[in-house]
Amino acid sequence: MAHAHESNTGRIWKVFWFLSAVTIVEVVLGIFKPHSLYMNNFIGMNLLNWIFIILTLVKAYGIVWAFMHMEGEKSSLRRSVVWTVIFLVLYLVFILLTEAHYVFEVFKNATIKWNF
Amino acid sequence: MGATVTTANSLGKTWDGGNEPLGASYGKLMMWFFIVSDALTFSGFLAAYGFSRFKFIETWPLADEVFTHFPFMHGVTAPMYYVALMTFILIFSSVTMVLAVDAGHQMKQSKVAFYMFLTIIGGLIFVGSQAWEWKNFISGEYGAIETKGGSILQFVDTKGKRLKLEDFAIALPEERVQHKASNGIWFESESDLPSFSLAEVQAGFKANPGVLVRTEIIYSAETAKNAKGLQPELNKPKHKMVLNRAESEARMADARLVVEGANLTRNEYGSKLFADFFFFITGFHGFHVFSGVIINIIIFINVLLGTYEKRRSYEMIEKVGLYWHFVDLVWVFVFTFFYLV
Repeated sequence: MAHAHESNTGRIWKVFWFLSAVTIVEVVLGIFKPHSLYMNNFIGMNLLNWIFIILTLVKAYGIVWAFMHMEGEKSSLRRSVVWTVIFLVLYLVFILLTEAHYVFEVFKNATIKWNF
Repeated sequence: MGATVTTANSLGKTWDGGNEPLGASYGKLMMWFFIVSDALTFSGFLAAYGFSRFKFIETWPLADEVFTHFPFMHGVTAPMYYVALMTFILIFSSVTMVLAVDAGHQMKQSKVAFYMFLTIIGGLIFVGSQAWEWKNFISGEYGAIETKGGSILQFVDTKGKRLKLEDFAIALPEERVQHKASNGIWFESESDLPSFSLAEVQAGFKANPGVLVRTEIIYSAETAKNAKGLQPELNKPKHKMVLNRAESEARMADARLVVEGANLTRNEYGSKLFADFFFFITGFHGFHVFSGVIINIIIFINVLLGTYEKRRSYEMIEKVGLYWHFVDLVWVFVFTFFYLV
C-alpha cells in the first residue's frame, strides 16, 4: 500500500452495533408479530414482511459498504457490481413471483384437486 | 509478487497497461467478479424458493412452528432465538475479519493473526450450529400422517395444542422388520422405519376422541369458504386449519404413511418442497462457510509464516475478507426468507 491507512476500528464497531440492533428489532418483531403490521397488506404482502425485507436491505447495505469497503472503491467499480446485481435480481424476482402467482391461481381454480 | 499485487504508482495512460481501470488490484477485482456471480447464484436459489412458496402460498409451512429449538432447553418453544444467535455469531466473525484487514493495513502481523484466529473460530461455531439445526429438522418433533393425496396431517388436542404421535398411538402386537441389505437381496434396503406403524397411529386415533387433525392449509377468510368441517374456536387467521372430529376421521381414512422428521422426499412440516429448499439453500450456504473457514485457515498459516510480511502487503487478507463478508451477506438474506418472512 502506497499511502498510509489510519485505523478504522471505531467505525467498524459502530457498524457492528448497528447491524446487531437491526437484527434484534427483526427478531422481536418476528416473535411478537404486531397485529396491526401482520394483518394488513400492502401490494400483496403484509406490512411486517415489508419491514423485514427493508431491514434486510439496510443490513446488506451496511455489510457491503462498511465491511466490504465499497464506500472506498471507485464509483465505476461500485456501479458495475451493485447495479448489475440489483437489476438482475429485481428482474428475476419479478418474473418468478408473477409466474408463481399465476400457477397458484391455475391450481386453485382447476377442477382437479391436488392437495387432499 | 508482481502478478498478484499491482502497485498503485503506475503513471501510464489508460491503454499502456500496468494500471488499474477500476482502482482495484487484479486479485480484488477477480474476487468481486466471483462475488457477483455467486450472488446471482444464491438469488436464483432464493427466487426459486419464492416461486414455490407463492405457488403453494395457502399451504406453506409456518417457519416459527418448524424452528423452535434452543440448546439445553428441551420442550421449550423458542422460535427464532437460535438462528438469531447464529446471525450474531456470523456478524461478529465478520467484524473480526474487518479488524484483521485493518490490522493488515498497519502491518501488524500478530494482530492480524489474532483476528484471523477469532474469525476461524466464529466460522466453526456457525457451521456447528447449522449442523445442530439440521439434526433437529431431520429428526422432527411431532410426527405426521401422509394421505393418499400427498398432503400432511398433523394432530392437535381439543385445546389446539400439538400432539406427538407417541402421545396417542397405541402399541399393537405386530412386528415389522426393517429390510436391510444384509437380510435380503443385497442391493435392496429401505430407510429407517417410523417409531409407529400406520395401524398403530390409526388405532390410537380411533381410541382417543380428543384427537383432531390439523391440515396444511392456512386459515383465512378466503380458504374458509371451501373448507368443510372446521373445528369451532380453534381456527385463527394465519394459523393452520383444524378440523372437527367427524371431518378428521374422514381424512384419516385416507392415511397412507407415517412421516417423522424430514428428508428429501417428504417431511412432517408440510409441503415437500419446503425441506428440499431448506436442505439445498442452507446446505449450499453452509458449504460456503465451510470453504471460507478452510481458506481462512490457509491464510492464517501464511500470516504466521510471515508470507505477507515478506511481501510487504496484507492484501490477501482483504481478498479473503471480501469472500467472508459475502458469506455473511448471503446469510442475512437466508435468515430473512427462511425464518422471518
